[in-house]
Amino acid sequence: MTDSTAASAVEGFDWRPLATLVLVGLVFGALVGNAGGVALLGALAGAVQGAATWAVLDRLVPGNRLIGRLIAAALGLVVGLALSGATGAALGTVGGVILGWLHYWIARQGYRSGLPPYASTGQVIWHNTFLFICGAIFFFLIAPILTIIPLSFNAEDFFTFTPEMLAFDPEGYSLKHYRDFFTNPDWQQPMWNSIKIAPMATLLSVSLGTLAAVGLSQSHVPFRRAIMAILISPMIVPLIISAAGMYFFYSRVGLQGTYLGVVLAHAALGIPFVIITVTATLVGFDRSLTRASANMGAGPVRTFFKIQMPLILPGVISGGLFAFITSFDEVVVVLFVGSAGQKTLPWQMFTGLREQISPTILAVATILVVISIALLTTVELLRRRSERLRGMSPG
Amino acid sequence: MKLKTLMLLTGAAVAATPALAQEMADEMTLVSWGGAYQESQQKAYVEPYLEMHPGVTATWDSSSNEAVAKLRAMAEAGNVTWDLVDVVASDAIRLCDEGLAMEIDFDEMLEPAPDGTTASEDFGDLIVSDCFIPQIVYSTTFGYRTDMVGDTPPTEVCAVFDTETYPGKRSLEKRPINNMEWALLCDGVAKEDVYDVLETEEGQDRAFAKLDTIKDDVIWWSAGADTPQLLADGEVVMGSTYNGRLFSVIEEQDQPVAMLWDAQVFDLDGWIIPEGLPEDRLNRVLDFVRFATDTQRLADQAKYISYGPARMSSAPLVSTHAELGIEMAPHMPTDPANATNTFLYNYEWWADYRDDLDAKFQAWLAQ
Repeated sequence: MTDSTAASAVEGFDWRPLATLVLVGLVFGALVGNAGGVALLGALAGAVQGAATWAVLDRLVPGNRLIGRLIAAALGLVVGLALSGATGAALGTVGGVILGWLHYWIARQGYRSGLPPYASTGQVIWHNTFLFICGAIFFFLIAPILTIIPLSFNAEDFFTFTPEMLAFDPEGYSLKHYRDFFTNPDWQQPMWNSIKIAPMATLLSVSLGTLAAVGLSQSHVPFRRAIMAILISPMIVPLIISAAGMYFFYSRVGLQGTYLGVVLAHAALGIPFVIITVTATLVGFDRSLTRASANMGAGPVRTFFKIQMPLILPGVISGGLFAFITSFDEVVVVLFVGSAGQKTLPWQMFTGLREQISPTILAVATILVVISIALLTTVELLRRRSERLRGMSPG
Repeated sequence: MKLKTLMLLTGAAVAATPALAQEMADEMTLVSWGGAYQESQQKAYVEPYLEMHPGVTATWDSSSNEAVAKLRAMAEAGNVTWDLVDVVASDAIRLCDEGLAMEIDFDEMLEPAPDGTTASEDFGDLIVSDCFIPQIVYSTTFGYRTDMVGDTPPTEVCAVFDTETYPGKRSLEKRPINNMEWALLCDGVAKEDVYDVLETEEGQDRAFAKLDTIKDDVIWWSAGADTPQLLADGEVVMGSTYNGRLFSVIEEQDQPVAMLWDAQVFDLDGWIIPEGLPEDRLNRVLDFVRFATDTQRLADQAKYISYGPARMSSAPLVSTHAELGIEMAPHMPTDPANATNTFLYNYEWWADYRDDLDAKFQAWLAQ
C-alpha cells in the first residue's frame, strides 16, 4: 500500500483523490437516489459528479481553494437540479460541498493537520477515526433536535415532510403552528402557568440550596454527609416515586392542586442541583477571606453578601439555571401534584402528543430550544465577563 | 384530627339540611380526551352553558386516558378534584363496580326528549351501566391510503390480512380487543360465534395464528392520533383508529385516505360523576349534565365531530359541519350505508376475559 502510494507520487499522479471522490459520489448519489426510488441513476450521477469535481479542482484550478470549493458546490447544484429540481439541487449542493472539501483534504493531506510530521500511518488513521467518532456523537446528540425545527414550519397538521416541503415550495411552509401557539388558550394558559411557576421554584431552590451548601461546607456541622444525602435524594429517587409520595402527602395537607404545592414540589426537585454546583464552587473558596472580613468588623450576613456570595456566584447561577430548567421541563411531578388549573407547558405537550399529534408541539419545542440557547449563552457571557473583571483568564 | 372530624360532621349536617336553595359551586373541572373531541364538547355545550351562567368557570383536564387510575388515587387520598369525567363504557363499568362513580337516576337527573319520551327510553340499550350517561356512539374502523391500493380499493375488513393484494404495513391497536375479533371473523368464524370461539383456548390460539400471518407487517399504535399520522406519512397502507379521527384526516386535512366501514366495532363514550362530591359541586355538575346531555346539545356536538349522538331523539337533528358545511349524517358510524356490516363489542365478555387476554397478547407480542 505504502509502496504503491510512493510509486504513484513519484510518477506525479496521485490517484487517491480521484478514487475517493468517485467512490463517495457513488455512495452518496445512491443513497439520495434511493430515497427517490432511482438508486442506480443517483449512483451514476454521483460518480460522474465526483469525477468531474476532481477533474476541475485538480486540473483546471489547482491553485485556488476558494474558487475550487465554489465550483464543486456549483457542480453539485447543476447535477442535482438537472435530476430532480429544487430538492435535488439542495442535496446536490451539499454533496458538492462535501466533495470539494474531501478533495483538498486528501490531495493536500488535510488528514495530517494537527499531527506532528513524524506520525505513523496507524497514528494518522487513529487520529481521524477519533475525530470521526466525536463527530458522530455530536450528530447523534443534535440530529433529533434539528429535525423538529423545519418540521415546525409545516403547512400541514402532521409530523411529515410533505413533497411540497422537500421541493422548497413556499406553499409547503407556514407559520400557522406558531400562530396557534400564541393565540390558542390551550397553549397560552400553560405557558403563563410555566412562567409563573418556574421562577418562583427557582428562587426557592436557589435560596434554600445555597444556604444548605454554605452550611454543609462548615466542618463543625454534625452528620454532614447524612444531611447531604437526604437533600440530594430527590435527584436519585425515581421521579415517579417522589411524585406519588408528594401526591398523597400534599393531598392530606391540602396542597395538592394548588399553585404553592407545585412551586414547593419543583423547588424540592431543584435544590439538589443548587447544592451540588454551589458545593463544588465552595471547594475553591478561601476561608481566610471570611475570617479577614469578620476581623474588620463585618457581621456574618454582610460577610456572606459582600465576600462569599460574589465569589461563589457562578455556581449559584448555574445551579439556578438547572433548577429553572428542571421546573420548566418537568412533567411527571406536575401531573400528580398539579390539577388542571396548574397545567404547565410540558404537561400540555405531553397530552397533546398523546391525544393529537399536532405540529404546534414542534413550534413550542423550537421556541423552547431557542430560549434555552439564549439562556445558556447569556449565562456563559456573564460568567466570562465576571472572570475578566476579576482578572482571571476567560476559561 | 378530632377537630377535622367535627368539621366534617357539621359539614355533613349542613349538607343534609333539605333544599338549602340548591347551593352551587362556581367552578367545574371537566375531564375529557383532549384534541378534536374535547373541542366538540367545548363548542357544543360548555360554551353555551357558560354563556347562560356568567360567573361559572370550567377547566378542562385531558386525562381521560388514565381516568380509572387517577380516580382510584383520588379516592384513596380523599381528595377528588374532578367534577365530571368522560370515559369509555368499559371504564365506566369498572368505576361503577369499584364504587368510584355515582349511580345515575336517568329519568330524574336527565332531560326527557322533546316529545316527552323519558331519558332512559331515549338512551335505550346504550345505558350499559348504572353510573354511565352515554354521549356518543363511535366506532373503531379502518382507513386506507387511496393511492397505495392500486385499482382495487379494499371493501371488507379481511383486506387487512391480505398482504398479497395490499402489500405494506398496517397499523393495529396494541391490545387484544377488536384485533382478536377481526382475526376470527377473517378466519371464517361467523359473527355470532366469535365470542364463543374466543372463550376456548383453541379459539384464542386460532386468533393469534391469524394475527401471526401479518405480525411482521403491523405497526402497533396506542394513541388515537397515531394511525392518522402514519396514514398521512404513507407509512402504512391501512390502519384502525376511531372513525372521527379518520373523518378529520379525510375531510379536514384533505389526505388521500378513505374509510373502510366493514366490520366497524361500535363503542360508547359518556360521562360519569365521581362518587363523594361535596353538595355544592354536585349540584353544579348535575345542572350542567342535564343541559349537556339533552337532545339538542347532543345533536349539536355532531356539527364538530363525526360521532353519532347517543339519544335516539337527536338523530333527526344532526345537521351540517360547523366549518366545512358538509352534511354530517353520511359520516356517522350509525348511518345505514356505513352500518351494513357492524360488529357488536361485548362488554361483559371482555370484562371477564380482559386481564387474561391482555397478558396473553403481550406475551404473543414479545415472541
